[in-house]
Amino acid sequence: MEHSPPPFFKTGPTPLARLLIFAALSLTLLVADARFNYLNPLRQLAAVVIYPLQRIASAPAGIARRIGEFFVTHSSLRGENARLAEENFANAAALQQLKTLQAENAQLRALLAARERLDVKVLAAEVLYAARDPFSRKIIVDRGTQNGIRPGRAVVDDRGLVGQVTRVYPWLSEVTLVTDKGQFVPVQNLRNGLRAVLAGTGNDGALELRFVPLNADFQNGDQLVTSGIDGVYPPGLPVAQVSRVERNAAQLFARITGTPAGGVASHTRVLIVTEQREAPPRPAEEPKPARARKPRKG
Amino acid sequence: MSEARTAPHEILLPVKPGFIALTLVAALLVNLLPWSGYWLWVRPDFVALVVLYWCIEEPRKIGFIAAWLLGLFMDVADGALFGQHALAYTILAYAGIVLHRRVRMFSGTPQVMHVIPLLLLNDLIVLAIRGLAGADFPGFQYFIGSFVGAALWAPLGALLKLPQRPKPDPYHV
Repeated sequence: MEHSPPPFFKTGPTPLARLLIFAALSLTLLVADARFNYLNPLRQLAAVVIYPLQRIASAPAGIARRIGEFFVTHSSLRGENARLAEENFANAAALQQLKTLQAENAQLRALLAARERLDVKVLAAEVLYAARDPFSRKIIVDRGTQNGIRPGRAVVDDRGLVGQVTRVYPWLSEVTLVTDKGQFVPVQNLRNGLRAVLAGTGNDGALELRFVPLNADFQNGDQLVTSGIDGVYPPGLPVAQVSRVERNAAQLFARITGTPAGGVASHTRVLIVTEQREAPPRPAEEPKPARARKPRKG
Repeated sequence: MSEARTAPHEILLPVKPGFIALTLVAALLVNLLPWSGYWLWVRPDFVALVVLYWCIEEPRKIGFIAAWLLGLFMDVADGALFGQHALAYTILAYAGIVLHRRVRMFSGTPQVMHVIPLLLLNDLIVLAIRGLAGADFPGFQYFIGSFVGAALWAPLGALLKLPQRPKPDPYHV
């Protein structure tokens, strides 16, 4: 038979030997990626190779959406138009108020000789797909280094913070959503200014406030916004709303969960913050006498 | 039934290497479609399916290199740790190549019964690596995709065999 050559033909290394070679190679890559972060150039290369495939694969959804938009009825358009006009009217009033407030704020800040807060600049990006990985909450958007995106930038939508850019490829970037396990956002309570750290739990629609003392004043319905003290997220973006507060005297911290404000599960467009006020540099750590650790980067 | 028994022994044209490459790229493309919500759980890993199929049908024509490279591309597309799918697909390819004579003895449901454990093994390797990297167990619905993939095994096989079927001889009476 064609597939079972007699043993006296040379057929190269046995399958077991090849398996061991490639398994060892994979394990090396795993360790190098997880521990040392060495593999960025290789990852960039692979990303460029599959970029056309990614664009082709995400094309049908866009085409379907456009076809759907073409066939909207007259009445639904009129209804939407009326709703938008009403919204616009309501927003205009708020905007006028905002303008006077901004002017007043600028004056007061000038009086206080405080540094002016720069407006953040944003860039609209389209979500290509959500990463098909049940373990993490990530989305891939169609802007990359070519558009000036840098890792660490905040990503927002019309309702609030969505996530943070974690990896950037030439034309794509990967956004880790706030609901991802291990994604932390420094927040403050809009009602009373209490600061805390908000962590993702790994499932959509649930965030967790970490290390909040039992007696801290958090209530159901409290709005949590970014505090901006980390220098990563611009201050004042809505992040979550407190949905449940559990205080158990047997535990050290209160269990406070919230629902994300931004549409983390459903979105087609997001905004990426491209420029923002740089945080003042960290004060130099005092050198420790023995086994001084390397100063943290960034 | 008798047709199903004889099916694996029918004589097919040799498969073109270009066709194998095309199906692998197509599988990668299907994996990259914007799956979301429940579809994400139901979605089988098409690349794993096609790699396993070719390892069983044509173990001399597909190598570990193809499986390993496809794994790397999947890792980049998912933003996962580099090498987890590569390792899983490599082991899957090995299992397919070692077991190909045995699996091809069967057809229909018994063959699918051989495929299910291999696909589950693929999932388990990814799960183990994610576990070591600190992820939580995502729940048993994680394995649904493998069973859906096994259900698609027979249609997929029929589809991939189509170009190899000999064309009817026009001069045959």
